[in-house]
Amino acid sequence: MKRDSNIGSTRIGESGLRTETVTGSDPPDAEDPAHGAAAPATLGQTFLRNRMGVAGLAALIGVALFSFLGPHLYQTNQINTNIVQAHLAPSWQHPLGTDQVGYDILGRLMVAGQSSLIVGFSAAILASFLGTLWGAIAGYCGGWIDAVMMRVVDSFLSVPPLLLALVLASVYKPTIPVLIVVLAVLSWLVTARVVRGEALSLRVRDFVRAARFVGSRERYIIRRHILPNIIGSIAVLVTLSAADAILLLAALSYLGLGPPPPAANWGEMLANGLNYAFDGYWWLVYPAGILIVLTVVAINLIGDALREAFDVRLQQR
Amino acid sequence: MIAYSLWRVSQGLLVVLGVTVIVFVLVHLLPGGPGALLGERATPEQIKAFLQANGYDKPIYEQYINYLRQLLHGDLGYSYLHNATVSSLLAQNLPKSALLVGLSYIVALAVAIPFGLMQALRRNRAVDYVLTGLSLVGYSMPVFWIALVLISLFAINYNILPPVGPSGATVSEVVQQPANLVLPVLTLSVVTVAQFSRFVRSSAIDVLVQDYVRTARSKGISEWHVVSRHVVRNSLLPIITLIGLSLPGTLSGAVVTESVFNYPGMGLLFWNAAAAHDIPVLLGFTLVVSVSVVVGSMVADVLYAVCDPRIR
Repeated sequence: MKRDSNIGSTRIGESGLRTETVTGSDPPDAEDPAHGAAAPATLGQTFLRNRMGVAGLAALIGVALFSFLGPHLYQTNQINTNIVQAHLAPSWQHPLGTDQVGYDILGRLMVAGQSSLIVGFSAAILASFLGTLWGAIAGYCGGWIDAVMMRVVDSFLSVPPLLLALVLASVYKPTIPVLIVVLAVLSWLVTARVVRGEALSLRVRDFVRAARFVGSRERYIIRRHILPNIIGSIAVLVTLSAADAILLLAALSYLGLGPPPPAANWGEMLANGLNYAFDGYWWLVYPAGILIVLTVVAINLIGDALREAFDVRLQQR
Repeated sequence: MIAYSLWRVSQGLLVVLGVTVIVFVLVHLLPGGPGALLGERATPEQIKAFLQANGYDKPIYEQYINYLRQLLHGDLGYSYLHNATVSSLLAQNLPKSALLVGLSYIVALAVAIPFGLMQALRRNRAVDYVLTGLSLVGYSMPVFWIALVLISLFAINYNILPPVGPSGATVSEVVQQPANLVLPVLTLSVVTVAQFSRFVRSSAIDVLVQDYVRTARSKGISEWHVVSRHVVRNSLLPIITLIGLSLPGTLSGAVVTESVFNYPGMGLLFWNAAAAHDIPVLLGFTLVVSVSVVVGSMVADVLYAVCDPRIR
């Protein structure tokens, strides 16, 4: 019990939510162990000690700079096609060659990175918001409300994500906002489950009981006591679902249901390149594929490092 | 044990009901409503006649009950594109997908279990780092990219395996072309191996620090016995649940794999249906595949209870 409250306060301290939690009805004994013998390193320190996590963070920042800053330094025409320039091999003028309609690949990778990252992270954040709300309410209310809400989650979880995505993307015109919503609909479920589990165990903890005892309203308790304590799990889930969303977007694009051209994303570029894989146009296939793998690996490493930083038990082992 | 199984099955039935609601709602979310089931070239008169004939003009709860009644009679809808009932298309294609997915699970387990155990036993050594890195990369690759890498390696560079999947209408025809099966099965296994080996590793690490393992070691039992008797048995149990949980993801991978290799399963049919807006097939397949996922995880949980008396 005491060890667990350690986790909570480490998180709270780092995320700047301490003042909110300490105010009001928190009994002192729920907070104190954090300052006791263990004196854990702050979340940031623990994260920075994880070399893989730092490498992942550096790689992700690099990819983001490449995508968002790159187009300003390396300007290319990504709107008008130029068939005369199609399928050029890498040269000084086109460091990574051109594709089948004459777009410069290096420039296109940057633009495509923007939509891949924006779609991936927007979907992940939206999904985590939905899932957290759903899970916190279910776990906190318990009883039949919990049962019904969780059977809804189970039902959605049983539908293979790509199948649902294909149905939705074939029915609606797959624009960027539609894709964000579709991917979010597919990935809020795990968050809901995890948050529900944590809320379920938190609601019987002493400081929540005490809050209820002094007459705090349910909504207030959820916002002030439950949510700050599960911020860590949510952060991990945001990163992991962003990785999944980027992969799912790639799969959708491969199946021809990604955002339509001239919008670009890595999945679509890769899928496009596969049509020419047998012609030896390696520059159509490898750069986009490597960027996807690099980004997803980086995000997963960050997620793992965050999980480890939040999970004090792992550090003690 | 029986009480647990009954409880689990009843939960499963509720989830099946939930899935039917999702698919039912999807029908009504179609732009243009259920009339879209007829396809894009239907005239307004045809749509009106169709809506009336199928009771889509009745109140929504009545429609839902009617929909459930149809499902219970095995009526999943009619594909105007293939001019066949959705259930007959399913009967033709689902077994072939089941073969692909089943084989890939066997391969994945055969590789992932020894890998994961080796990583746990050699934790934080070179082997562990290499395998962890590999599984991370494997997990982070889009399925169609894995397929391409395998094709270019085995079919183009070394020319030892055919780059397309088997063809044929039945499972027995498919099985007769084992060489064509290798690459699709391998492709689908890579992601599963990556997931499972990570899981086996952490599960085995959890078991290795348990008191009973220390006791076994202190009794002087040989390391091999400790691992095979205590560690393996206890750390592999949760895999049963993982198989159930990973099923939706693997089936998603199967759709991509089948479309890459032109493997004649439900994934290929589903993809073609999505491209052609053949909505009855999309919805019918979504329903059946989701229900089989529910049944799969139900079986997994009951099996788990059979294997692990602590659950009961």
